[in-house]
Amino acid sequence: MELHKVSDNVWEIPKQGDMRVPAVIYASEKLLQSVRRDLTLTQARNVACLPGIQRMSYVMPDAHQGYGFPIGGVAAFDMDEGVISPGGVGYDINCGVRLLRTGFTAEEISAKRKELLAEILKEVPAGVGKGGITKLSRGVLLDILSRGAEWAVEHGYGRKEDLLMTEEYGRMKDADPAHVSARAIERGIPQLGTLGAGNHFLEIQKVSHIYDREKAGVFGIEAEGQITVMIHCGSRGLGHQVASDYIEIMENACGIKGLPDRELVNAPVRSKLGQQYYASMCSAVNYAFANRQMIAHWVRDVFARVMGTSQGMRQIYDVCHNVAKIERHMIGGREQEVCIHRKGATRSFGPGRPEIPALYRPHGQPVLIPGSMGTASYLLAGTAEAEELSFSSTAHGAGRVMSRHEALRRFRGEQIRDDLRKMGIELQSTNWKGVAEEASEAYKDVDEVVRVSHEVGLGGMVARLVPVGVMKG
Amino acid sequence: MTEERFRFFEHTADAKFQAYGRTIEEAFANAALAMASLMWDPGTIARKIQIPVSARGHDLEQLLVRFLGEILYLLESRFFLLASAEEISIGKDDSGYALEAGFWGDSNSNAYEIHGGVKAVTYNEMEIIKNGGYTVQVVVDV
Repeated sequence: MELHKVSDNVWEIPKQGDMRVPAVIYASEKLLQSVRRDLTLTQARNVACLPGIQRMSYVMPDAHQGYGFPIGGVAAFDMDEGVISPGGVGYDINCGVRLLRTGFTAEEISAKRKELLAEILKEVPAGVGKGGITKLSRGVLLDILSRGAEWAVEHGYGRKEDLLMTEEYGRMKDADPAHVSARAIERGIPQLGTLGAGNHFLEIQKVSHIYDREKAGVFGIEAEGQITVMIHCGSRGLGHQVASDYIEIMENACGIKGLPDRELVNAPVRSKLGQQYYASMCSAVNYAFANRQMIAHWVRDVFARVMGTSQGMRQIYDVCHNVAKIERHMIGGREQEVCIHRKGATRSFGPGRPEIPALYRPHGQPVLIPGSMGTASYLLAGTAEAEELSFSSTAHGAGRVMSRHEALRRFRGEQIRDDLRKMGIELQSTNWKGVAEEASEAYKDVDEVVRVSHEVGLGGMVARLVPVGVMKG
Repeated sequence: MTEERFRFFEHTADAKFQAYGRTIEEAFANAALAMASLMWDPGTIARKIQIPVSARGHDLEQLLVRFLGEILYLLESRFFLLASAEEISIGKDDSGYALEAGFWGDSNSNAYEIHGGVKAVTYNEMEIIKNGGYTVQVVVDV
């Protein structure tokens, strides 16, 4: 495909054919090589053909092939002329990341690391086909879909101040569970408070490097060696079902004629169907917020029991990386409301945005980028430039480069566990095959992804976190 | 004689398979086995209960997405693990296709080893090919 180099790390697919806007790809030469190997660029071009798309179809540094939209795709649509698409959000609605700081140092937890991990594994249900510990009624689940993490805090999971440090304060107000199918609810009831499987994980990490001491300090990171906890999971079967339901409903209502890809099926943002999907998606977002809120609470409980206290365990932030939102952005010199889709991309609001918690507002929001199993994760800060570059968005992780099949052929879960142990990383899992599939060699180099984000100005590096204990679903 | 029922192919982020059958029904049944095998070994699951399944689609692709989606729905809402999909019949009327089937398996997921998860069945690279028999190709989000 025709690709123009704009500058280091910036590439453009010029407007051609049915494209309404150009597509821009943020990637180093090295990252671009893997992007070119699959359908990422074709998918970015397809997104550029959708009605009402504003400015550009954006591709983040960790992008890879998705369904309809690429993973790592960002697109904003005009509220009147534009569309909303379940394929632009993804199946795992509000898959996201939560980061807790702690007052512990790596030395302090060193002797208790195994115990911490074993206890977390007991407290936090993980894996496939395993229910949560809570028996919920349908009524309670509907309440959770409406109120998200607020519900969880009210019911004793975590602290009120956690809500302040969560994107959307832990609750998307436009949620309306009336538009969520019975099947989605049935899938959601047994799974609340579970981590799931695949690339989802829970890590005990230590700060290995601080790049920006001022911002790090504001976010709660004071020194190298400080322990943090990262939780990466989403809305489980409930979100997957909402996505599948609305792909089908939109297809049956609007048809797929003229669409370059069936999973680009969409509805006008303000149409009845568009609004119903949005209200359902917000409900799934809230489920995921509640999910991470409960898991964080159990992790604190374990630390309190094993380490004697969980007092310093303040939540740094919680971000969504599969979501559509109504946000205000600058378009043609004018501030305008748009429906922005971030599919495998993290919001990266710079200083001053009213959506950011007051404490962080002068500095930009914390951006949480999880690495692959056993590699580094990053804490970044949103930038002012990201508004112009990507509607305030950046990468969401490392991004796969090797199929699970291939990873299974090459690696063994138990061997990975032993190798990680030699590196000082303890790994617990209920599923060693799943561990092999998630081998870090199957992913792009997260250091490279974050470097590009930093150099381009999508999100600035604040601290690097490395695992000392990993729990895989 | 054992014929190949399904085969997996390379896909960067997800799982892609083809399933084969002399009839469309057989290809669907084998697609169900392929998908189940991403999560557990269907051959080890006791055939304790049969759950009747029905699905509709305005075309065969949508029918296949709905049909395979039943495996995920039954796993997550009833902890049901599929051993095999049987007695599949697919009919066509004015509004599209309708499928009836019986899922045999065990509704006790804790009793088995589960080695992977599937999030959703997608339309990505989906193909249903008539070639003497039938080949269906599916990519699932894992």
